[in-house]
Amino acid sequence: MKFVDLHLCLSWKDEGQARRLIAKSAELGYSQIGVPLQPSIKPEVVNQMRLVCDELGLDFVTRLDLAPRSSGELLAGLRRFRRSFEVVSVFCSSKAVARQAAKDRRVDLLCFQSFDPKKRFLDTAEAELASASGAALELDMAQVLSGLEERSGVGIFTRLRRELGVAKSFDVPVIFSSGASQPLLLRRPQDYAALAFLFDVEASFALEALTKNPVAVVERNRKKLSLDYVAPGVRVIKETRRL
Amino acid sequence: MTRLVRRRYLALRVDCEGPLESNAVSDAIWNAVLRLFGEVGASQAGLYLVKYDDEKRYAVLRCAHKALPMVRAAIASITRIGYAPAAVHVIRVSGTLKALSRKTANTS
Repeated sequence: MKFVDLHLCLSWKDEGQARRLIAKSAELGYSQIGVPLQPSIKPEVVNQMRLVCDELGLDFVTRLDLAPRSSGELLAGLRRFRRSFEVVSVFCSSKAVARQAAKDRRVDLLCFQSFDPKKRFLDTAEAELASASGAALELDMAQVLSGLEERSGVGIFTRLRRELGVAKSFDVPVIFSSGASQPLLLRRPQDYAALAFLFDVEASFALEALTKNPVAVVERNRKKLSLDYVAPGVRVIKETRRL
Repeated sequence: MTRLVRRRYLALRVDCEGPLESNAVSDAIWNAVLRLFGEVGASQAGLYLVKYDDEKRYAVLRCAHKALPMVRAAIASITRIGYAPAAVHVIRVSGTLKALSRKTANTS
């Protein structure tokens, strides 16, 4: 089984820590990791990260985290950067941004940064839009772990149980990512699946959120970014030259 | 004769900076189960730390077969042991200690 962690928060400024985090991911059994990058990052740094991942047998996925304040800002960001990254996620800070992100086909992942019910916008309308556009709901497990450390888990579990239920009923793919910035926040994929037991998620659903769903997002985008891609279902097979 | 309570043995790896005593590891697991599932859940879990090797950071935990999903979830939720940041990973699960040691030997 190929386990994927689409959200490993590396900072190459602290290269040692970044290398430790990548090595820990490989040790815990992941085969593909997604790293959020700044749009202004130098290609040499990306190549260096890719090289470290290659050495450890990890597939490196470039990811862009957009945190727009308005839907206009989101559209501008997507227009500018979509084709430079393999995965694009949107941190939904308002309902307008969440709705725009859910209906835009260029958005891969919808993220909510807080467990405050007023800041999580995955209701049935949002799920319906996300289902039609193919956007997935991403859940950062580091956020869950630190949330449990800070306060009682009752609110967190209730919220997540409801959200995952809505996502499931509308066939919105769910992705579990680590969201870890330190090695001690990383867990084995099977441990994340076990943790999902707390929000009434079956083991098969949890494993899909760590394997099949993220793999599908990356493969779909890699196809779209390849040179022979024209439109959904259309790609260049052979070019003929006119004499 | 069949045993009344079926058990599961979990091989654990503890990641933490600094030395740890087996009591601290056991307390962290107990507290995690208590916090998430309460006293009824903890009483059903039948937890017992069979072995802890601080040098290898390796532990073996016994729990009731029916409480396995609960115990695994609680173990994954551990972020501190004592006051130190920590993580506990489940390496293997088995029905007998003998099979567990064989499986972990194969893995390592």
